[in-house]
Amino acid sequence: MSDASLNTDNAALPLEAGFGDFFALLKPRVMTLVVFTAVVGLLAAPVAVHPVVALAAILFIAVGGGAAGALNMWWEADIDAAMKRTRKRPIPAGRVTREEAFAFGITLAAFSVVMLALATNFLAAGLLAFTIFFYVVIYTIGLKRWTPQNIVIGGAAGAFPPMIGWAAATGTISIESVMMFALIFMWTPPHFWALALFMRGDYDTAGVPMLTVTHGRRATRVHILVYTVLLAALALGAAFTGIGGPVYLGVAVVFNALFLRDAVAIWRRDEAQAEADNYRVEKRAFRLSLWYLFAHFTAILAEAVLSGFGLGGWA
Amino acid sequence: MSFRAPHELHKRRFGRNLGLGLVLAAFVALVFGLTVAKVSNTAFKVPSLSQGGN
Repeated sequence: MSDASLNTDNAALPLEAGFGDFFALLKPRVMTLVVFTAVVGLLAAPVAVHPVVALAAILFIAVGGGAAGALNMWWEADIDAAMKRTRKRPIPAGRVTREEAFAFGITLAAFSVVMLALATNFLAAGLLAFTIFFYVVIYTIGLKRWTPQNIVIGGAAGAFPPMIGWAAATGTISIESVMMFALIFMWTPPHFWALALFMRGDYDTAGVPMLTVTHGRRATRVHILVYTVLLAALALGAAFTGIGGPVYLGVAVVFNALFLRDAVAIWRRDEAQAEADNYRVEKRAFRLSLWYLFAHFTAILAEAVLSGFGLGGWA
Repeated sequence: MSFRAPHELHKRRFGRNLGLGLVLAAFVALVFGLTVAKVSNTAFKVPSLSQGGN
């Protein structure tokens, strides 16, 4: 670009991306969940990891998750432009081109997998590679636009980070890491369906076949209840595995009781009632679901920390 | 004689370059830390040259 081109009005300038725009491509809010659950998976493992290796592992898992987010934005630029919630993202806003996002995402994906393999082991790196592949190819490109079960199956991608953290520490997959995976996997559908109930216009506009659109809102309410019951059984069952203990059980009892209360309330309501109070219960259930996951993983972490003092678990 | 204020485009590029520079510096520090952690590990052994040759 010649300097002459700079002597124009700001309005006529190309919207060149800043550092923050590339950072936004990594979906930093989703990344916080990835980092938190991966940290818990790594620290809950019964193997001591050198702090620098642990830091590097978490960082590369986070970068891998961010790369998947960038590739998701590359593919879904049209959906993001149609939805109010996402239209200010860097690609629909015109600050980053789709090609730049693709190059950025694919480079970071390869980088994160190779670096995780070098820092920890091939199993953790393989799981990270599979997670990125699953999120981008299976969920984003494959499932999201043609099946209302997109959230159910796509939830697996978000469920892998604690398993990767555990594998980074131990080099294995075990019942404990599978339980952490299952907890996020079962939590994802009711969490997103509660959101879909009160963000009603967005998914319809974008043509994404959410359950609310394809099977109706009554069916979505039933699905939320069924998945929350299954989730509660799983979350309470996890209390009696290696990651559980009295602290975890206490937290699980309280939060599952609250989540079940909201799921039953959602199931009992119809659209007229929900519209009358502006989806108060659905919004409350969505907010609670965020605390639910945070509380369960904090409790797993607490059990791991307590076991360092000979207090954690049932022993 | 006064300098002209930097153009908005240059400011944005400077921010991007600075951010990238800091990320690269942090990466170098991390790889150095990882190397120290790995070679300090009691299980670490320097690979034998004769084994590598065969």
